[in-house]
Amino acid sequence: MTQKVLILFAHPAQDQSEVNRPMFNTAFGIDGVTCIDLYARYPNHDIDVAAEQTRLRQHDVVIFLFPFYWYSTPAILKDWMDLVLEYNFAYGKQGTALKNKVLLPVISAGGEEKAYQEDGYNHFSLRELLRPLEQTANLCRMNFIAPFVIFGSRTAVEDHRLNDHLARWQQLLEALVEDRVDFEKAKQLEHLDTDFNGILL
Amino acid sequence: MTGYFIQAFIYLCAAVIAVPIAKRLGLGSVLGYLIAGVVIGPLTGLVGSETVTIQHFAEFGVVMMLFLVGLELDPRMLWGMRNKLIGLGGLQVTLSSLLIMAVCIMLGLSCSVSLAIGMVLSLSSTAIVLQTFQEKGLAKTEGGKSAFSVLLFQDIAVIPMLAFIPLLAMSELGGVGNAAVDDHQGTNDLVSHLPGWLYGLVVLGSIAVVIVGGHFLSRPLFRFIADTGLREMFTATALMLVIGISALMSLVGLSPALGTFLAGVVLANSEFRHELETDIEPFKGILLGLFFITVGASINFDLVASNAGIIFFAVFAIMIVKGLVLFLLARLFKVRRNDGWLLTLSLAQAGEFGFVLLSFTVQNNVIPQDVANILSPVVAITMFLTPILFIVFDKLVLKFYQAEEAEQPAEAIDEQGSVIIAGIGRFGQIVNRLLVANEIPTVVLDHSATVIDRVSRVNIKSWYGDASRPDLLHTAGIEDAKLLVVAIDDPVRALDMVRHVKEFHPHVSILARAFDRGHGYDLTHAGADIVVSETYYSALELGGEALKVLDVHPFKVEQMKAAYNKVEQESRQEICQEWHEGEADNRFTKSYLDLFLEIEKRLVSAIKRNRQDGHDTSGSGWTPPPKHYLDDFE
Repeated sequence: MTQKVLILFAHPAQDQSEVNRPMFNTAFGIDGVTCIDLYARYPNHDIDVAAEQTRLRQHDVVIFLFPFYWYSTPAILKDWMDLVLEYNFAYGKQGTALKNKVLLPVISAGGEEKAYQEDGYNHFSLRELLRPLEQTANLCRMNFIAPFVIFGSRTAVEDHRLNDHLARWQQLLEALVEDRVDFEKAKQLEHLDTDFNGILL
Repeated sequence: MTGYFIQAFIYLCAAVIAVPIAKRLGLGSVLGYLIAGVVIGPLTGLVGSETVTIQHFAEFGVVMMLFLVGLELDPRMLWGMRNKLIGLGGLQVTLSSLLIMAVCIMLGLSCSVSLAIGMVLSLSSTAIVLQTFQEKGLAKTEGGKSAFSVLLFQDIAVIPMLAFIPLLAMSELGGVGNAAVDDHQGTNDLVSHLPGWLYGLVVLGSIAVVIVGGHFLSRPLFRFIADTGLREMFTATALMLVIGISALMSLVGLSPALGTFLAGVVLANSEFRHELETDIEPFKGILLGLFFITVGASINFDLVASNAGIIFFAVFAIMIVKGLVLFLLARLFKVRRNDGWLLTLSLAQAGEFGFVLLSFTVQNNVIPQDVANILSPVVAITMFLTPILFIVFDKLVLKFYQAEEAEQPAEAIDEQGSVIIAGIGRFGQIVNRLLVANEIPTVVLDHSATVIDRVSRVNIKSWYGDASRPDLLHTAGIEDAKLLVVAIDDPVRALDMVRHVKEFHPHVSILARAFDRGHGYDLTHAGADIVVSETYYSALELGGEALKVLDVHPFKVEQMKAAYNKVEQESRQEICQEWHEGEADNRFTKSYLDLFLEIEKRLVSAIKRNRQDGHDTSGSGWTPPPKHYLDDFE
């Protein structure tokens, strides 16, 4: 059984992107993965709700790929959620379109991992900061799994960490398509890298 | 008179038959002309002794070509080429001359004759090579640019050679040489009797006239002519300029080709450049063609047959020696791979200046007449062989390197496809500013000298000319362009332009500005890729402002504008189709009007959609869930 994976990519300044853009490009070549660049498709935030809903129905795994902006998503992804996740589509009595699908946030964070701790300068863990997304998924009866994160993303290229990350990203996508991800385990993690090999079946 | 007509008819007829066939066979137009010349001359004897006279006349094609070459080069570019020009060009001329001289000495000729022959044969054919480069699109390659530097140096080197050759005169051939003047202008020469210092002064003065006149007087003159709106006057002015400079240069004993080249360089930055190019181009083409025909026609088969051994040895030796020199220089100057081969193969012949120098040397008693008689067909035959070497380059060299290149990663594109903007009026200039601000190179064309002048004051570089002329689009570089923005005022011409470009340059994306709805449909039908009505977005913008004045929330206004635009874009293809099903004189058929009203309805419902209270299931917006929805979660 193969799963259909949808990547919704949100980055408003792609000419400056060192991590997200290469990740998006990596995803392009993989069979079974649909890549949508939201800022390219809706440069005026004029989101085509019907088309987006149809696309959601056709996929099993939904990935939000974005740089972490002020502890949340870039504006267009919020707009996308506000508009597309409608009553009686995504939630409400007849809102079962997304039921049992998987939601996976894939994030680049500027801060180091130790900054996202109770005693770090961000005070909360990344998983905690993503609670609004997690609860959105819950309300839509989706499976929210722990985020796939690259920390310290501003220096990932200089530190030669990007290629490793891209390799694991590709591995993850292929596993998602081939339905080889242990979602129950993945839900429990802080982020996927805490036990990357453990979640792959 | 009748005789001239018959002669002209024979020449043209031969060209019209031979050139298209040669091109079809992949031989290039130059070989076509040469073959045409051989057929009407030595083979059938249709033309005869007058070929030499015609050849002198046709050499004017070379003069025009150098003018065009000059137009392509602004002084800064020329300065940038200086290393190659002097290094590569200088070494080529010197080494080729000396090696050929050495071969001649070995064959038993005297030193001075050998040196003269070396100089004559060291020059290559600017006409054949540049023409072929242009046809094959090789001019912008590294090899093409290097070859051009060499050719340019050779053309300049002709002047000191003309001065030097009389010094080689051999007393036993009688008489002392004339002063340094071109052979066939000798009778009109005004300066040969002047003392050296005055002669130098006159030469410098003439060059100054060309540069200063070109720089300061050409613009007001062209503006004055452009304002008359008579195209033929512009052509006449362009011809007058080229002929006038040639006359001046001949009078003072300089090469007309070099003079017009200089004028071309001076005018390279002028906004009239493309129009000048377009006007001169056909004359150049015809005259050069004529010149090649005469080269073919002047081959004396009897002479060649009776001296076959020595002539073929000479042809072979020249091409080997020159090829060897060029190949080594290509290595030395790091012109690599297929570019190095292009340099080697393209310049391994003797050229048209060879003929000029040859008759000059005979006149100055440097080279004996019988040697010249043999050298003349040798020069012609090497020129004849050049197009064949180009075929070798295409079939062998390029193929070899292409096969190799396929395995290399694609290199970054160093030259971005340019954007041509036709019309720099109130519309085109906004497009242009946006592109230029993003460092995208644009070529701007406009037919109003006044507008060009005005925009040049705010540093927008634009060219004068009627952008709807296919040949002007060609000189503006439509072949290499990526986009064409059609923003000219004349709706009919805009339409013609779109049709022409779509047909002949389908790789170019066309973005067109429409005058109104109907024009927009026509442009779409003609093949424009993107059409924007000149009033559409500004009206939408103003309509939005009106809503804001009427207290509609600004964000709501944006949504309505977006909704309006969406309906318009969605219905565009449909209504465009309907429009074209109507008659040309009555586009507003009943079905068109019905469709129009239907779209009006769609528009209203699209805009109304968001105005309903509560939760609207027909459309989507930032709609809240219905009241009491929380019961769902009990």
